[in-house]
Amino acid sequence: MVEFVLERAGYWAIICLMMIGLYIAFSAENLIKRLVGLSIFQTTICLFYVSLAKVSGGTAPILLPEDTPYHSDPVHDGVNGPDSLLAATGERFADLHHAYSNPLPHVLMLTAIVVGVATLSLGLALIVRIREAYGTIEADEVREIDMQTALAQELEADKDIKEASA
Amino acid sequence: MTLESVLTSAPAWALAHAPVLLVAVPMLIAPLVAILPNGRAAWLISVLTAGVSFYLAIVTLALVQSSPTGILSYEIGRWPPPIGIEFRTDALNAMILLLVTGIGFLASVFSWPTITSELSNRNKLGMFYAAFLLCMSGLLGVASTGDAFNLFVFLEISSLATYVMVAMGARRDRRALPAAFNYLIMGTLGASFYIVGIGFLYAATGTLNMADIADRLPALTDNRSVQVGFAFIIVGLGLKAAMWPLHQWLPNAYSYSPSFVTVFLSATATKVALYALVRFLFTVFRPEYSFELASFSWVLAPLGIAAMVICSFQAVFQTDVRRVLAYSSVAQVGYMLLGVSLATAPGVAAGLLHLFNHALMKGALFMAIAGIVMTHQGTTIRDFAGLGRTAPWTMTAFAIAGLSLIGVPLTAGFMSKLQLGYALFAEGWWWAVLLVVFSSFLAVFYVGRILQAAFFQPPLNPRKTHKEAPLLILVPLWILALANLYFGIAADFPLGLARDGAVAALGVEAFR
Repeated sequence: MVEFVLERAGYWAIICLMMIGLYIAFSAENLIKRLVGLSIFQTTICLFYVSLAKVSGGTAPILLPEDTPYHSDPVHDGVNGPDSLLAATGERFADLHHAYSNPLPHVLMLTAIVVGVATLSLGLALIVRIREAYGTIEADEVREIDMQTALAQELEADKDIKEASA
Repeated sequence: MTLESVLTSAPAWALAHAPVLLVAVPMLIAPLVAILPNGRAAWLISVLTAGVSFYLAIVTLALVQSSPTGILSYEIGRWPPPIGIEFRTDALNAMILLLVTGIGFLASVFSWPTITSELSNRNKLGMFYAAFLLCMSGLLGVASTGDAFNLFVFLEISSLATYVMVAMGARRDRRALPAAFNYLIMGTLGASFYIVGIGFLYAATGTLNMADIADRLPALTDNRSVQVGFAFIIVGLGLKAAMWPLHQWLPNAYSYSPSFVTVFLSATATKVALYALVRFLFTVFRPEYSFELASFSWVLAPLGIAAMVICSFQAVFQTDVRRVLAYSSVAQVGYMLLGVSLATAPGVAAGLLHLFNHALMKGALFMAIAGIVMTHQGTTIRDFAGLGRTAPWTMTAFAIAGLSLIGVPLTAGFMSKLQLGYALFAEGWWWAVLLVVFSSFLAVFYVGRILQAAFFQPPLNPRKTHKEAPLLILVPLWILALANLYFGIAADFPLGLARDGAVAALGVEAFR
């Protein structure tokens, strides 16, 4: 049991961070804190993807000269040509001198980070506008102000109708 | 006009590249529009771009229908799938593309008068239209791509543009700002859940191409990470599609955003998310998998029914017309989910038909409200009193679409509810039919309250001027209203689209 938990220490860390981020995004009244929670959540997704990509003992995914399947070594390599380059990632993996981590999830996360930055900056811009319009960045105070405005509008409309019909 | 004539008259570049140009044209035009100093020019270019996309969507539909396999695969940059990103269009995508571009075109035509009256800064109009084009491009991308991660990117492009557009309602009502912020938090969480699910699927299958994932899944149905991935994807896309109870962002976002944005969003955004959900439920995962069958009968069907009944109740007690319709939108998503959760060809077809018809009715209803907002500056039900006499054209179109929302015979809404009823009866779910009827009965109340105020009450406040909406609003409004009537009488076209879409989603063997 202990082994089961410890073997997956990385995943436990990811689950904890993800839940912390989610909880903050839902429960915080301060709008900035909500964005912080959202950012934690999104960053944890990057951790998750990158941890999926790790091959134990693998290095950076750079094709070294001795790994290239079509390098000129006619003694023990008869296969040449660009087709075997594709095969190098699959069946011919065992022939490589260097195991390497899967680069694709890293690339995906580059895109996800860009999306996260755009979301964060848009969220902050909205908070600036909320602060200008309401004078506060606490969600409960914003709700309170909204409630009062709605009541005031209702009363005003009532008065308006009464005056107009009188 | 037949689809063959479209094919023969289309230029060669359109025939070869329609599926990708559809998405690329609005995306490339958007930055151009953003730097235009003149708002009117930005509007004209947006209308033109949306028109081009609409035309390309028709060409794509014709290509799909004439292709022997029914699948149009476009390799981006000539990288063959599954290595490269693929735009894969079949009858299901083609229907959604047609819907989004069609509504986008009509909405952009009508946008000018309402946008100029609701946005304060004329210099920002270019920016606004750029956001609109980006949003449309993102939605079209979601509907065309065959790559699971690419779908996330397009989803975020459209969502980010949507948050901006919702926040633009701040001049009319500052509540648009917190609404946009909440939408941002919820929407981003939804997209993040989706991407976590894709991570699990990638870990299990080692591929991101949807068709490729679908090929590799049957061997992995007992794999825990596939099942977890499925749950994450359903929650994430369900949030975007406003599946009850993940709809909390929707009423505020619809009520406080600029009228034009509400028209466009209500008719397209949740529909595209629902399309993605259908795509994952039936094409990527298969309904045969035991965990998915369990999700149909224990998650999707109950949530759909809950949305239908609870949100219709909530709609009855709203005082603002836009909120009434927003809650009704969540209820209508419930009908679609109920149809989809049957997992039979007639059920999915009924869900898709309702998706199509709902876009027509909500588009028309919110357009009529946009006209009222412009001339009357009020959207409570009390404000609507007497409008039937002073703005007869606007309110008649509103009434037609409202009756369609209830599901009165001879309207489009009746056709889709009829199809849903048939599909439910075929499975022996008569109790669900009763609930559909009950929820339609609730719709009589919430639509009836508005219509009663508009047509049978004298104006409450004689000081407020009542006028007809301008012609630029009336024409698209009436096109949609008449479409509601036409597709209620001659439903062959949307029904054919929906049936083809259901067959494309479920696979050919579902033909019964």
